[in-house]
Amino acid sequence: MNWCEYPGWVVGSEVFQNYGCRMFGGLWITLQLVAYSVVLGFVLAIGLAVTRLYGPRWAQAAVKGYTTFFRGTPLLCQLFLVYYGLGQFRLFWTDIGLWWFFREPFYCALLTFVINTAAYQAEILRGAIQSIPRGQFEGALSLGLHRWATLRHVVMPQAMILALRPLGNELIVMIKSSAVVSLVTIYDLMGATKLAFARSFDLTIYLYAALIYLILVEVVRRVWDALELRLTRHMALR
Amino acid sequence: MFDKFALLGFGEGGWGLALLQGTGITLSIALATLPFGLALGLVVALWKRSRHVVLRAMSTAYTTVFRGVPELLTLYIIYFGVQVVFQELWQWLGLPGAFSMPPFVAGMVALGVVLSAFSSEVWVGALNSIPQGQREAAAALGLSRPQAFRLIVFPQLIRVALPGLGNNWMVLLKETSLVSVITLPDIMFITTRANVATKEPFLFFGAAITIYLVISLVSAWGMGRMEIRANRGIAAFQGATR
Repeated sequence: MNWCEYPGWVVGSEVFQNYGCRMFGGLWITLQLVAYSVVLGFVLAIGLAVTRLYGPRWAQAAVKGYTTFFRGTPLLCQLFLVYYGLGQFRLFWTDIGLWWFFREPFYCALLTFVINTAAYQAEILRGAIQSIPRGQFEGALSLGLHRWATLRHVVMPQAMILALRPLGNELIVMIKSSAVVSLVTIYDLMGATKLAFARSFDLTIYLYAALIYLILVEVVRRVWDALELRLTRHMALR
Repeated sequence: MFDKFALLGFGEGGWGLALLQGTGITLSIALATLPFGLALGLVVALWKRSRHVVLRAMSTAYTTVFRGVPELLTLYIIYFGVQVVFQELWQWLGLPGAFSMPPFVAGMVALGVVLSAFSSEVWVGALNSIPQGQREAAAALGLSRPQAFRLIVFPQLIRVALPGLGNNWMVLLKETSLVSVITLPDIMFITTRANVATKEPFLFFGAAITIYLVISLVSAWGMGRMEIRANRGIAAFQGATR
């Protein structure tokens, strides 16, 4: 018996045992998708947040439009627009040699998730940077620090601690939202579960999937709590 | 180019009317879920602050579960699960025919349960912000606990909770797009069907996303107005913050 069949065997569920391997394979897809998109989204979000705060006027307006658009519309709709909508221009993508990217549902989902989470993370970072007291900027200026040095060595370390909790929430939201990729033929945890249900008509499989998601979210939450405790140990918060 | 846009119009072969109906369904499910979800959220919040261990444990478990499970999965579980349970009940009662779960109700319950889990956090925060002295003063005036809540605490609660609840509303609005998977003809469902019929996915999903964006922008504007109105007469809010 494979390791992935054990959980189903332990709880005595035949469906969960039979589809255990598919579901844990799906879980791995979910984890990959979320990890890549949150990390890439974070990199993009730093650029967006800094542009939104210190960029030229037109760039600020552009970033504001970007965040409003992606935070104001459903992820599902964005995903369909990218996967089906952009896939419509097949000839164009073939011409510029990008069809391999837009053909794959996984890459389309990844692209959608990156631009979506970047919008949310940019707003989180902007809020965190904005709540750093003016005195910190003035102090850095009086020490002769350049603008970028101020941002890098003075503002960001403090802002990241403020942003930690909302960023953890965003990670959890992404884990949950990633279930929608099952609607564009990706066999993530949700997709594998739907397949198991379609073949077995046993509803309990959805409950086991819910349990796996719940454990995943709970683990992330605890790790984040520990991380926060560790990173703020120099602050007399406790 | 322009003949493509005719597909969105109201003329022959246009999907305008269908899109409008889809928008109506999206708005009605969001508006139907809102009071149900917020009221349930308030109850859960009150339980979280209860003196009874059992109520506290139950409400904490409730929010942990419904905040941790993907909305799409919750929707499936409620749509199919409740169907099966009622079907058994139906047969046990010996009623003729078969029970079928209306998708609207399933969507409303699923989204409402999730909304209640999230909004309960907002309600708890707001409840904590009401000074204990308010309740004590109410008790000193001879008001019963329910009276104190209804007449003293609740009116003050709304002002504090409004920004958080506004956020909940925005999230709810976007989550309604999921109900298309249980065959409720909302915006997403209509545009998916239009895509199958016309092979113009970019046009139709572009139209769908535009409709959602407009609803969001109008909501954000309305929320701002409501916050200003709720905060009238609060000195700290005048001028400085807006």
